[in-house]
Amino acid sequence: MVARADFEHSDCADGAEVRFTGRLTLARLGDVPARLDALGPIATLDLSALERIDTVGAWIVTRTVNEHGAKVVGASEEAQRLLDALASDKSEYRVHRDRRPAWARMLEQVGTASVAIWHELLGIVGFFGAMIVALGTQIRARRRLRWNAVVTRFQTVGVDALPIIGLMSFLIGIVIAQQGAVQLEQFGLEVFTINLVGRASIRELGLLMTAIMVAGRSGSAFAAQIGTMKLTEEIDAMRTIGVSPMEAIVLPRVAASTITMPLLGFYASLCAIAGGGAFVWIGLDIPPLTYIQRLREIIPMTDFYIMLIKAPVFGILIGVTGCYEGMQVRQNAEEVGQRTTSAVVAAIFLVIVLDAMFAVFFSSLGWN
Amino acid sequence: MSEEIEQEIKEELAAADAVRPEKFETAICIRGLKNQFGDAVVHEDLDLDVRSGEILGVVGGSGTGKSVLMRSIIGLQTPTAGEIEVYGKTLDTIADEEESRDLRRRWGVMFQGGALFSTLSVAENIQVPLREYYPRLDQRLLDEIAAYKVAMVGLPPDAGPKYPAELSGGMVKRAGLARALALDPALLFLDEPTAGLDPIGAAKFDELIRELADTMGLTVFLITHDLDSLYATCDRVAVLAEKKVIAVGTIPELLATEHPWIQDYFNGPRGRAAASGNQTAKPR
Repeated sequence: MVARADFEHSDCADGAEVRFTGRLTLARLGDVPARLDALGPIATLDLSALERIDTVGAWIVTRTVNEHGAKVVGASEEAQRLLDALASDKSEYRVHRDRRPAWARMLEQVGTASVAIWHELLGIVGFFGAMIVALGTQIRARRRLRWNAVVTRFQTVGVDALPIIGLMSFLIGIVIAQQGAVQLEQFGLEVFTINLVGRASIRELGLLMTAIMVAGRSGSAFAAQIGTMKLTEEIDAMRTIGVSPMEAIVLPRVAASTITMPLLGFYASLCAIAGGGAFVWIGLDIPPLTYIQRLREIIPMTDFYIMLIKAPVFGILIGVTGCYEGMQVRQNAEEVGQRTTSAVVAAIFLVIVLDAMFAVFFSSLGWN
Repeated sequence: MSEEIEQEIKEELAAADAVRPEKFETAICIRGLKNQFGDAVVHEDLDLDVRSGEILGVVGGSGTGKSVLMRSIIGLQTPTAGEIEVYGKTLDTIADEEESRDLRRRWGVMFQGGALFSTLSVAENIQVPLREYYPRLDQRLLDEIAAYKVAMVGLPPDAGPKYPAELSGGMVKRAGLARALALDPALLFLDEPTAGLDPIGAAKFDELIRELADTMGLTVFLITHDLDSLYATCDRVAVLAEKKVIAVGTIPELLATEHPWIQDYFNGPRGRAAASGNQTAKPR
């Protein structure tokens, strides 16, 4: 076993004389720093008996010199080299961020977040404007929309989403019917379950669930794709060649989500109604024909119009948010992840806010 | 002093005694190394010695397995055959996790991209190995160590609390080097430390490596493409080609060999430029 770091001290008039022995290295430091601290004033540090020293050992010596104004004697050539390397003033080197009181940091966080949300909203609106301008230029220059790109997006945004959206809506239809029936049965009004399922699906839920699903599937994909293209400088390459990224990348995507949303929303509503019908048939013994007959009586045409008006707006919103967030990627791969997340969160949040506004608006129009 | 602390100190000392770099003339000893990925044989019958205290440059064309060689030595890649001894220990035969830790604390590795932990600040990155191996160190000493390491690798005073994403490419490399040096290792592995740096930054980095190696008495295993780095820092150079080390020696010794790749490498336009630029440089 090799000797650990240690020291012996003898007291003199102007402070202790400390004589290190063994190896003053990180691995063999033991309790030397603590014992040194416990010592009173130190006048001399004798390194002559040291077998070895590393930067941590040299730092302990340097620290003691700085604190006690001690002088070093008997340093070997190796030790002196290390001491010289560490001698310059390190007090300005910081390790931690400035610590402020918790309430100040919380205030700052709330403030920063609020400003960030405000900027994000402004950014999305600005981006939407830029997109409209790009669309205008495209039309005036009589350049055609890139239909190939749009149709490719139809596939990924629309057709590929059919199974999952169908299944989800069907299940939601069942859940609404089942929960509604439990409540309405208490009044003997279980037949009104049909009203609940029919109107809720067409007017609100079918479209809302579709919007959430499309935001999660396609809004995120837009952000991630475009973000990656920004990182690999594809977008910049496009600009230098003279192709406008707005025209080539953003417009086809937004067009695809705008056109697909009404179709998907209608499809989702039908699936939800089918799910509700299945439950009503099995659980309440109402045959499908009666179910459909009843639906025709109770669902006003305005519910269908409401859905058709809302759907493209949600589509634009999801497309624009996804593309905007993708375009905001600047430096690293980590940012792609963050931007994708905020694309989904912002899209879903805005869809729900807008949906609430639409609900108030149409009610005051008298479309009940 | 309580018994518990005494016990911990004893364990630390036992760990420190397990591997004793200063007793070895040859830090790394590789014999008959073979590495194979599927059908592709990267190394076959590769022999190499790294002497204690030297800076050994490892060069070779793209795909000759320089990084694979380094990964084999540090145990990230299990060789298909052959033996690698670092300070008399072979990672393969070390069954015990404790024992491999004894060896690992004797070396520091700097990866090509810095490989800093992105959720931690530079100072915290430097403290990770310290906390892992020496949990008894108090926070004050940890902070001081982080601060002087930051200073040693030439980072600015405000770099400590910054996160890797806030650093420039050159600063990331320096921070990576600081973390590699956190434990005051005897052996330092550097994978293309100057790749991606501008010539001025690269030259400064070369100087830094030379300086640190001299002050701390390091043995350095340096993978590089950079001819200037070779001339400026390395004591010896190992050339990787044809799946093995075809030559090891100082640059003049290598120049005396007839091998066509070595001749192309050192006597190509870039090689000559690097040579003339460093004729006045100090060989140690």
